[in-house]
Amino acid sequence: MIDCSGNFNTENLTKQISSMDSKQTSFDEHEAIHALKHYLPEQAVLKDFIHQNTLHAFQKQKFFKATRSASAILGYTVSLGLREYRRLYHAGKIRKEILERVITQRKSPALIPAWTEIVLQKKFDSPPPPRIGSLRSNWKRFYQIDLDSLVHPLLFRILCSYLDQGISMWSFPAGKDGFLHSIRELERNSLISFFRRGRARKLLLETSCNMKDLLHMVVEHESLYKQYLFDQQFAHQGWSGIVSVIEDHPEMLVDHRVISLHDLIVFELLLEIDALDYTVGEDWVPLGGAITNRPVDLFEEVPESELHDVLEIWQTAYEWSYYDEVLAGIQLSAQGQTQGPRTFQGIFCIDDRECSFRRYLEKLDSKCETFATPGFFSAEFYFQPENGKAYTKVCPAPITPKYLIKAVGSSLVPEQDVHFTKRAHHLFAGWLITQTLGFWSAVKLFINIFRPSMGPATASSFRHMDRFSSLTIENKNPEDRENDLQIGFTIPEMVQRVEGLLMSIGLVRNFAPVIYMVGHGSSSVNNPHYAAYDCGACSGRPGSVNARVICYMLNHPEVRSTLRKKGIDIPETTQFMGALHDTTRDEIAFYDEDALTPANAEAHKRNEVIFNQALDLNAKERARRFVLMDSRVPAPQAHDRVKLRSVSLFEPRPELNHATNTLCVIGRRSLTQHLFLDRRAFMNSYDYRIDPDGKYLLTIIRPAAPVCGGINLEYFFSRVDNQKLGAGTKLPHNVMGLFGVANGIDGDLRPGLPSQMIEVHDPIRLLMIVEHYPQVVLDVVQRQAETYEWFINDWINLVAVHPETRELFSFMDGKFVPYHVLTTRLEEIADVTPKIESTEDNLPVYILR
Amino acid sequence: MNSILNYFVLVPIVGFALSLIIPRQHETLISRVSFVTVGLHMISFQIFLVYWLWNGHPVLDTKDFVVFKAGDYEFFIDFTFDRISAIYVFVGSFLTFLVTIYSRIYMHRESGYKRFFNTILFFYVGYNFIIFSGNMETMFIGWEILGVTSFLLIAFYRDRYLPVKNAVKVFSIYRIGDVGLLLAMWMSHHLWHENITFIKLNNYELVHEHLQSHTWIGVFISLMILVSAAAKSAQLPFSSWLPRAMEGPTPSSAIFYGSLSVHIGVFILLRTYPFWEYQTSVRIIIALLGLSTAFVSTNIARVQSSIKSQIAYASSAQIGLIFIELAAGFETLAMIHFAGNAFLRTYQLLVSPSVVSYLIREQFYSYTPHQHTFEDTWPKRLEYSLYMLSVKEFNLDSFMYRYLWNPLKMAGRKLDFLTFNRVLLIFVPLYLVGLYSVYNKDIVPDNLEHVLPLTFSLIACILVLKSFTERKQARMSWLLVIMTHFWMALAISFNENFTFDQIHLYLSGVAISGVVGFLCLRRLKNLEGNIDLDMFHGHSYHHPKIALVFLLACLAATGFPISPTFIGEDLIFSHIHEDQPALAIFTSLAFIVDGLSIIRIYARVFLGPHSKSVYEMAYRSS
Repeated sequence: MIDCSGNFNTENLTKQISSMDSKQTSFDEHEAIHALKHYLPEQAVLKDFIHQNTLHAFQKQKFFKATRSASAILGYTVSLGLREYRRLYHAGKIRKEILERVITQRKSPALIPAWTEIVLQKKFDSPPPPRIGSLRSNWKRFYQIDLDSLVHPLLFRILCSYLDQGISMWSFPAGKDGFLHSIRELERNSLISFFRRGRARKLLLETSCNMKDLLHMVVEHESLYKQYLFDQQFAHQGWSGIVSVIEDHPEMLVDHRVISLHDLIVFELLLEIDALDYTVGEDWVPLGGAITNRPVDLFEEVPESELHDVLEIWQTAYEWSYYDEVLAGIQLSAQGQTQGPRTFQGIFCIDDRECSFRRYLEKLDSKCETFATPGFFSAEFYFQPENGKAYTKVCPAPITPKYLIKAVGSSLVPEQDVHFTKRAHHLFAGWLITQTLGFWSAVKLFINIFRPSMGPATASSFRHMDRFSSLTIENKNPEDRENDLQIGFTIPEMVQRVEGLLMSIGLVRNFAPVIYMVGHGSSSVNNPHYAAYDCGACSGRPGSVNARVICYMLNHPEVRSTLRKKGIDIPETTQFMGALHDTTRDEIAFYDEDALTPANAEAHKRNEVIFNQALDLNAKERARRFVLMDSRVPAPQAHDRVKLRSVSLFEPRPELNHATNTLCVIGRRSLTQHLFLDRRAFMNSYDYRIDPDGKYLLTIIRPAAPVCGGINLEYFFSRVDNQKLGAGTKLPHNVMGLFGVANGIDGDLRPGLPSQMIEVHDPIRLLMIVEHYPQVVLDVVQRQAETYEWFINDWINLVAVHPETRELFSFMDGKFVPYHVLTTRLEEIADVTPKIESTEDNLPVYILR
Repeated sequence: MNSILNYFVLVPIVGFALSLIIPRQHETLISRVSFVTVGLHMISFQIFLVYWLWNGHPVLDTKDFVVFKAGDYEFFIDFTFDRISAIYVFVGSFLTFLVTIYSRIYMHRESGYKRFFNTILFFYVGYNFIIFSGNMETMFIGWEILGVTSFLLIAFYRDRYLPVKNAVKVFSIYRIGDVGLLLAMWMSHHLWHENITFIKLNNYELVHEHLQSHTWIGVFISLMILVSAAAKSAQLPFSSWLPRAMEGPTPSSAIFYGSLSVHIGVFILLRTYPFWEYQTSVRIIIALLGLSTAFVSTNIARVQSSIKSQIAYASSAQIGLIFIELAAGFETLAMIHFAGNAFLRTYQLLVSPSVVSYLIREQFYSYTPHQHTFEDTWPKRLEYSLYMLSVKEFNLDSFMYRYLWNPLKMAGRKLDFLTFNRVLLIFVPLYLVGLYSVYNKDIVPDNLEHVLPLTFSLIACILVLKSFTERKQARMSWLLVIMTHFWMALAISFNENFTFDQIHLYLSGVAISGVVGFLCLRRLKNLEGNIDLDMFHGHSYHHPKIALVFLLACLAATGFPISPTFIGEDLIFSHIHEDQPALAIFTSLAFIVDGLSIIRIYARVFLGPHSKSVYEMAYRSS
């Protein structure tokens, strides 16, 4: 560490460090930037919110080792605090017998009393300060200057102006051919300079700004360069992160920008030189020449302490206290599947928010059947609404589709709202507007507060696609292309997708007359994070287009005849129908109703009533989490209030999104049909019987691990460290350039989830429960290295359920071992209503009779 | 009808007091008290308004009570009501009412829920004090309340670095406005020889008669009023504080910096309009200030790429236009413009998070690669220069540092040789000698007595500068601040012969708060060890109670209207003669820096990220 006295002897030091230099490998610019990009936050721009493991950079290591390192290196909090765990223990949320079992497994049965004492009583010192920033903090120590506050405001301002997507009225005037290039262009042709002194400006205009040369000026000792860059960029990881993301995916911005982390670093170094010149004068000694002792290398192994051990025990006990209940439920609720003809079937997204909706449908109509599959319904494409200037990707983020679906015949025109016009910010137009429209805003504000309603500023899932437009789904001529994308799907391509979908969810016989494909989306207002609430399998968009597209395919006579040849016989009378469930408002829209046969239309009318009742009940169940709402009111009333929330300007929690998610169940509905899981489970339908060797299982787990695991871990880390890994409270957020949020006007961008989204979340890793023989599951997860990484490194916990005996096997260190539940009984209930009215906290697992 | 004015001032005070005693877990009760207070105020005011209009909208005035009287000096509370107040109360109560309802749900579960509503209600108290005030003294009470509530709301997220930094920044600008008002009050005492009410300013003959013989005094008073108006309303050269104040929860930014607080500068000009109406030079200056702000702020607004700063600068530009309208004599237009601008900006700020979904959608359907602006036709050099200048906010933010704070700091650094012990050894005995000679003035030679006030006020300045630049010991900085007040009192004692009661009144508040503050710091130092001023410690995180007591001590010491020092400050100034500009400058400089130094101690010791909980705190830059 650094000598705290502040005295230093330059001569000694130079010797000391240069001797180290010779031992160290020299600075490799590309390697350093590559490493930086690896560790920086990877969050996309606001309109494309995609959930992912916040600590993805550490995913190559085991979970606990990874989090320990991330914490010591970058200063994150990676678990609940000791006090919180102990509180959970005393509240019964962490069970004694589970804690003892964890101690037994990790230590030995003999050590149970000793370790119980430690985890419950022992006091620990607070951990040493994080390594990041320790090198660069020496500026303040030696020059009494606050380099960050001299550099950051201007840097962020210029960066935001350059990247701005449409807030400013006068956008960056000099070209968009690269950040540094544009700044150079400005500096060269201006009477004003961004720099305070001449030297840095001269460096920019007259040299090629080699990063190494600049680092030599600022740091001097080559062995410290990389660490310096980490310190520098992690002082504003939000901005650096977005630059890195835009560098790799320039198409993310509608108004393209060329920028690179390299340019950002170079410009920042120049600003630092300038700030030092300005405050200290030009003859300052570089940082490397000023420090006495070398700071610890950032990525040196982080030693394990007893505190780490204790936190690990607590976290594991916490997780298994919940898992154990669920697993017991699966064993205790075993029942045969109901047989016979179905009134209707519904295929939903695997999303955890759909699980209670399905439960109510099944309760209201015991002869219906529900399934779940990722909400893009195996149809991957770009969507372009009529008059849309860009394509919208509507499939999981890692897939790059080759198809384009266009909407035609749309009557949807985006509404305008004069309050968002930038004219009000001009001087003279503003003069007129304030004195006219200004008074209208008073009225509008009044109405908005007392009678909230949908307006042009509301992000509504139903606006994604005009329900009366038609879609170009079928491709009859492969030459029909646009920008290298094929417009629509050919028949064989349709068959391939449809077959895959039906086989993976196990719907190959016993088809109902009407089968609904229900995508989902959400509505909210005054919410910059609106995209995070939509369907994750559709890249943060509603799933309406996908639902219509897959139904078209499934209803296509040629597709059906080919399917018949493959053994999937869909009766003539069966029709598929697309729908969209708005998870915020609990509303549903059905598409192409005119296409139904009279008999099916009649049936649909009956089903629609069931759907609407289920939505009322679902809204009521959700309402219990909203503290300011009385969830004891009858369902239709609760539903009205839930709808009102979604359009209220002052409601920072239109819905709670994926909060409390902990499970991912892959198997038949019968596995969990009689369990109350409190909307905490992702569910993917899967029938092991038609997939003995796990071919379809792989197609399910491969996307489910990163999607569900990503969502789960993003909530996990945003919850345990809302300040550094989350976005903090959203109440002071200020929208920057339409791509990010910051607090106030000169702060760093805040990636991650705001506190309003995660406050009710319990940081528990995902438990994936798969219904298949353990050896098949083991074989499947091991087939692909990047999938296996999630499990072998413990980022997701995995349990296999033996499909015949319901014996449980938990995945540990690369193999399945039998798991014996410690929960012996669960409360059985006939109706969940009294339970959901009783508390706003998480409910235990119940068996439904 | 006159006495009803008391009611309108009293209602928010009662509501505020009530809200203080509710325990912080009772969210509903807290918000209900705020909502009922402001709602009751709004509705009763609207009924009153109809009645008042029906009765021919007379100008009301009530001299409430005399707080302090000494010779011809009289400090009294006076309320007045006319159409200017009518519009300001109407807009203010309406917006505050809506914002309290808005925040009831918006702030739900936020730690600091109670603090938020307390501050909003306190703000509302101050607002009504200003709007209903019938003289400058009464207005000054509200003015101080507004300053402090602004500080508290900007630093609402007190365990982050930037809100605290910006709160101190905004406070320092407000402090300049305070002193502007103090000097204006000082000079008007000499002009009118009484504590003049606004209503008397409407008397053309009276004003005309007084100003004729004292033209420069009139100009001085008007300019000081203009300085405080410009500071409060974000006009040049102070404009850059406005966007930086947007650190609190959105509704508080909306009501403070979008609408009410920022238009108080306009209000002061409206109030004193009859006074400067016939001073052509002043009207030209006001118009020019408005014009240049309109130009500069519009340009800055146009390049802003964050939504709140864009609204802030656009609003500041409109206020520039309001200044022009006022200077041109269009009072009514200015009032309409104020109301429209307040409503529009409040609404725009409240819906600002919606801008993402709205504009992205608009962009999706009507994107054109390059938006042309009229600057495109200019020569490149001019275009780029103006653009870069606008991005740098015309250097307004660094301007204040470069020309005001940095020179002060540099001057303070020159005093580094004064260690704590030296300060005690030199200035305490010296003070005792001074004190002795005040009581025995005959021992002081006459020619010496003339230079003593100036010398002593200079010493006060030196001490406060030393306090302001002290990097280490918080307690020393605090003691220096308190000593400053004592030296100022000594200086004034030599300036004029008056009873010591006044000095005692002034010093009583300082002395008590000085002791309390010192004990707080000592206790904290014992508990935590390091409370040096070279960094933020954030001790309110673990010691909220000490933080609160210390804050009260700070307020009392800065002459906030909870301590007698408040009246004392005004009183002190009244003993500086109009031909003593140097003494006035030293005294007011000491007042400015004194406030800054005190708030700096509070911010450094109690606010910012808690230095001992690194892992729980947000990044400094966020």
